[in-house]
Amino acid sequence: MGWLTPLETGGFQAPGVDSFDFPPPFPAVPWLDKYMIQAIVSVFLVAGFWLIMARKNKMVPTKGQFVGETAYFFVRNSIARDMLGHDFKRYLPLLIALFSFILVNNLYGVFPLTLLPTFSHVGWAYGLAALVWVIYNAAGIIRHGPGGYLKRTCLPSGVPWYMWWLIIPLEFISNIIVRPITLSLRLFANMFAGHLLVLVFVIGGEYLLFESEPIVNKVAGAVALVFSMAIFGLEIFVQCLQAFIFTVLTAQYISSAIAEEH
Amino acid sequence: MTLMELTGSLGIVGYGLGAIGPGIGVGLIFASVIQGTARQPEARGAMMGTAWIGFAVTEALAIIGIALAFVFSGQ
Repeated sequence: MGWLTPLETGGFQAPGVDSFDFPPPFPAVPWLDKYMIQAIVSVFLVAGFWLIMARKNKMVPTKGQFVGETAYFFVRNSIARDMLGHDFKRYLPLLIALFSFILVNNLYGVFPLTLLPTFSHVGWAYGLAALVWVIYNAAGIIRHGPGGYLKRTCLPSGVPWYMWWLIIPLEFISNIIVRPITLSLRLFANMFAGHLLVLVFVIGGEYLLFESEPIVNKVAGAVALVFSMAIFGLEIFVQCLQAFIFTVLTAQYISSAIAEEH
Repeated sequence: MTLMELTGSLGIVGYGLGAIGPGIGVGLIFASVIQGTARQPEARGAMMGTAWIGFAVTEALAIIGIALAFVFSGQ
């Protein structure tokens, strides 16, 4: 069910996995469902924002320019320069694009017209994590060559030879197989669970307040509806934090892939 | 003869067990932030930045648990 429909039995339909089921609005175009429409609009928003920011540049910044500069310098200084060192400029467009795209798509979850974080559909998180996986492995292979990159990844310096049988499979699995899985699942699960939490408070509160008889239930429903505003605030915080974390981890993975021996 | 029969959702029990680790982990992270701030209040900003990164990475395991509890219970 994409929206509430009253049951004949009148019971409570708890929100679950099928609350995220949004059939495509135009049956002739089956791939254009709500997630895809949101993502396409977000691409135009992000591209438009950064193009406008790149255009009007005065020496004494206006308020709009200050906002754009703050966002840009936040990603550039705190994420790119701190993690990647002196050649961060090659990867700065990727990090800014990732941060902006994930932030806008996450904030769709609290925006009144959409109210659905795009990454609560796991395929979107898998796609982004696959892109990051390709990029950090390719960066390492271009810098060190395939054999050199594998050697650096699976065998940290200073490991004695009698530990190699344990360290090499563990490091291989941890760096090359598990990293994209946790990266995608972290983003997806945070968006999914957060949206589900809001749904439970709102739908449960509405049911308790309007469709159940005892007074205690009605009071509990009212409190749940009011508290859902606080959960909304928590959701905004978690969405911004998850966008930041994804970008920071991408920078960290690229940095450890291209790191020189010291 | 059956000794005991339990019905219910094993996914939720699994999630409950899986939330122990991240709970302890997040508590450890912020305990060390509080201690570090007590020793050296000027380092608070840098410590809080790292604390949020560590929090998100640790919390990911608990959140993956609740998401998979829904997926495996089939509701």
